[in-house]
Amino acid sequence: MAATQASKEQKYDRQLRLWGDHGQETLENAHVCLVNATATGTEILKNLVLPGIGAFTIVDGHTVSGEDVGNNVNLAFMLQNRAQAATELLQEMNSDVSGNFVEESPDKLLDNDPEFFHRFTIVIGVHLPESTCMRLGSVLWSASVPFLVCKTYGLIGYMRLVVQEHTVIESHPDNALEDLRLDQPFSEFKNHIQSYDLDSMDKKDHSHTPWIIIVAKYLEKWLSEHNCQAPKNYKEKEAFRQIIREGIFRKNENGVPEDEENFEEAVKNVNTALNPTKVPTALEDLFNSEQCNNITSQTPAFWVMLRAVKEFVHNEGSGSLPVRGTIPDMIADSQKFISLQNIYREKAMQDTAAVSKHVERLLQSVGKVCCKNASFLRVVRCRSLAEEYSVDSVNKDEITSCMDSPDSEMVFYLMLRAVDRFYQQHSRYPGVYNYQVEEDISKLKLCVNSLLQEYSLNVNIKDDYIHEFCRYGAAEPHTVAAFLGGSAAQEAIKIISHQFVPFSNTFIYNAMSQTSATLHL
Amino acid sequence: MADMDEPEKKRSRVVELTEKMVVDGGNGLAACEWEGRWNHLKKFLERSGPFTHPDFEPSTESLQFMLETCKILVIGAGGLGCELLKDLALSGIRNINVVDMDTIDVSNLNRQFLFRPKDVGRPKADVAADFINSRVPGCCVVPHFKKIQDLDETFYRQFHIIVCGLDSVVARRWMNGMLLSLLVYEDGILDPGSIIPLIDGGTEGFKGNARVILPGMTACIDCTLELYPPQINFPMCTIASMPRLPEHCIEYVRMLLWPKETPFGDCVALDGDDPEHIQWAYQRSLERAAEFNITGVTYRLTQGVVKRIIPAVASTNAVIAAACATEVFKIASSAYIPLNNYMVFNDVEGLYTYTFEAERKENCSACSQVPLDLHFAPSSKLQEVLDYLTESASLQMKSPAVTATVEGKNKTLYLQSVASIEQRTRPNLSKTLKELGLMDGQELAVADVTTPQTMLFRLYFTS
Repeated sequence: MAATQASKEQKYDRQLRLWGDHGQETLENAHVCLVNATATGTEILKNLVLPGIGAFTIVDGHTVSGEDVGNNVNLAFMLQNRAQAATELLQEMNSDVSGNFVEESPDKLLDNDPEFFHRFTIVIGVHLPESTCMRLGSVLWSASVPFLVCKTYGLIGYMRLVVQEHTVIESHPDNALEDLRLDQPFSEFKNHIQSYDLDSMDKKDHSHTPWIIIVAKYLEKWLSEHNCQAPKNYKEKEAFRQIIREGIFRKNENGVPEDEENFEEAVKNVNTALNPTKVPTALEDLFNSEQCNNITSQTPAFWVMLRAVKEFVHNEGSGSLPVRGTIPDMIADSQKFISLQNIYREKAMQDTAAVSKHVERLLQSVGKVCCKNASFLRVVRCRSLAEEYSVDSVNKDEITSCMDSPDSEMVFYLMLRAVDRFYQQHSRYPGVYNYQVEEDISKLKLCVNSLLQEYSLNVNIKDDYIHEFCRYGAAEPHTVAAFLGGSAAQEAIKIISHQFVPFSNTFIYNAMSQTSATLHL
Repeated sequence: MADMDEPEKKRSRVVELTEKMVVDGGNGLAACEWEGRWNHLKKFLERSGPFTHPDFEPSTESLQFMLETCKILVIGAGGLGCELLKDLALSGIRNINVVDMDTIDVSNLNRQFLFRPKDVGRPKADVAADFINSRVPGCCVVPHFKKIQDLDETFYRQFHIIVCGLDSVVARRWMNGMLLSLLVYEDGILDPGSIIPLIDGGTEGFKGNARVILPGMTACIDCTLELYPPQINFPMCTIASMPRLPEHCIEYVRMLLWPKETPFGDCVALDGDDPEHIQWAYQRSLERAAEFNITGVTYRLTQGVVKRIIPAVASTNAVIAAACATEVFKIASSAYIPLNNYMVFNDVEGLYTYTFEAERKENCSACSQVPLDLHFAPSSKLQEVLDYLTESASLQMKSPAVTATVEGKNKTLYLQSVASIEQRTRPNLSKTLKELGLMDGQELAVADVTTPQTMLFRLYFTS
């Protein structure tokens, strides 16, 4: 047992550094369902099997064809049921994962046993005709099971995330601002600053004082001389920077200030250091939401923790979030840096304890992780497919405003909708066989027009796109399937692990120009 | 049919058909072909369309070219390389060569899907080739368990397109230099036939990029050297006497303590892949951290710092390799205009791509024909020249070796890579250029790992 755990740590080392052991645990407890083992579908699944999801089930009623083997590395022989064939080769990629298959079309399953889909952590539906997609979408929406719709059509990749409410505690933002509280120093921080007297220090101490202390000291002085008003505009901030520059220790006989890197760091950081501490608007919105204010015994942990954070903000926090507790690295000697770091750490621990008390009061278990990430808590909500497709609630504004730009990827979304319509009418996709390409152009154009008319979309789609989509003939070139395979797999991992923020709600990839767009439909 | 439902009969029928498929394609198809195999691709090769490349002509011969003639080289059989080999094989490319100097490690298995636990220790190139060759009938991947520097012009010249899935900027620059050296100029005009397109992919965690380089025509690797983030190296005084972060403690053990204590023997270097070495480093790092009340040293962090580990997942590699392979397909088939010329990808928050045209640098040290000048006072020391070569943002050399013609003889001024020569030429570093006998306007030849060709600089004396 210990041996397997150690070897798993080694095998998954590179990804554990991204989502941690707790993130990996969520993957290993997940059961993913793939509907249709096309190249796109199996590429997605491959990128989930490799990182070690617990289990997968493939639902597919098709038999492997010659062209299936041609574009799919996870299929080797024809005439087998496609679900079974793919399961065998995918399973073999990672012995930690258990694979299952159901040789059945999704429509049949929806007819006979729709609750079959309730057991999954996420369902990934690939190359589903519109009617099947809507049916499956409706079942999953009612059961609150996240649904990821994907398709590769010629050189276009498409993904649609359908999830009512997805909460993210660990969003891991790139370039987050620090939480230093220089504008509202808490008492322990204030006392710590008092313990420094820059004027009486020797050169060594002076040049190894953390820049946070330097800015805090000079800010104190500024506030006393400026009626408690911190530097606000560029002019004032520049004046503030200059005062700090002049504070550089003069050891040189000629009075020429020598380099003190910590003072230079202070000057460089003035701008961000003076950012007022405040609760992000997105978080305020969450504080005001229904789920946050109506906590019941059924409320998921995320909302209970969020409410506890809100209570903290309105009480112990005096309007501010719990202190994050981390500081960036900076020029300083070890002792000064560590003692400053500890001031923030201990304050963070205090604040966390206060939040925990609120949580206890709200009858749930402790959320330490929530405090550290309070500023970055996110919720993603997607509209249902029914809302997207209904004439009453179609997002006309999004569609028409995107179509105003000539290079927008929105045109591909509309073409994919038109192609689905073609399939509904003709039980086949346009241009699959060479002889069909020419004659299908006018048929597809009819579908485009009826689509635009039905939704009262006053947009123009150039004939070139209609021609191109007939040319595609519903081809699924492997490289486009593989691009989507990587993209979709990572979004699925975000849903499963509740780390990193998923897209919302439609993603289009254009392999012709190597561009992409995220649309809200 | 009722009897077809029996698994036995079904399986044997499948085997029968598969054998038939392998031995005799029927319908006049070549061996290893079967009906419909390339249907997905043919639509792009045999049909005209409104967005195709202006030079594109639909024909059945394009597929034949891809299958029989087109020769692609993949550099690297790791995270990107495995995906690239698969993508190319399933895009109709049969003649593929792959170069990789590494062997398989357990930590590769979370994304390098051509490898299995039983393959650990074997050369990546060999195992990758075996897998693709047996899984994709007709595909012929030829492996080279070598460093890219071990192969020469004659080797590289045989390929139509070269795709890189490397993990080092130095290696990229070397490949870049190699392809630039193959360019042929006649009367100052570049012969397009001598251009070998270079598709380069790179990934790190959830970020990646894919770019298309037409050597001699578009921005090369060195034109955009500033796009690569500098490697993080902590100042020595921090490591030696003022650590603040757990990383500082680990670097102390790696750089100062290990050479001093040589715990596993006199000439035994710290091997990041040896768990015993890492365990020792981890314990000593904990002790160092405790001295300064620093928390956060873990085994995982220790290994990460020692090996300079970059986190990696299957998904990012899949995306970037796919984008690169799409470009190979576009160029090989002329079906579409290729990416012009740089795409950036990031899926930390949602999915983000940004596509732009990286511009050529007018005085790029690698691809511009602009002569490279060095301006130094005759009283400058040779060390200053070397510092310039390594520290200049546009050159960023690693360990340049300098030679010059002095008094009619070829003289090595300084060379680091051979210990005996390094010792012999070390005193030159503190000599002035005048003392070394160098003249105003003379040529200096500089060799470095970042380029396969020697670079010529002209030395001009400043007053």
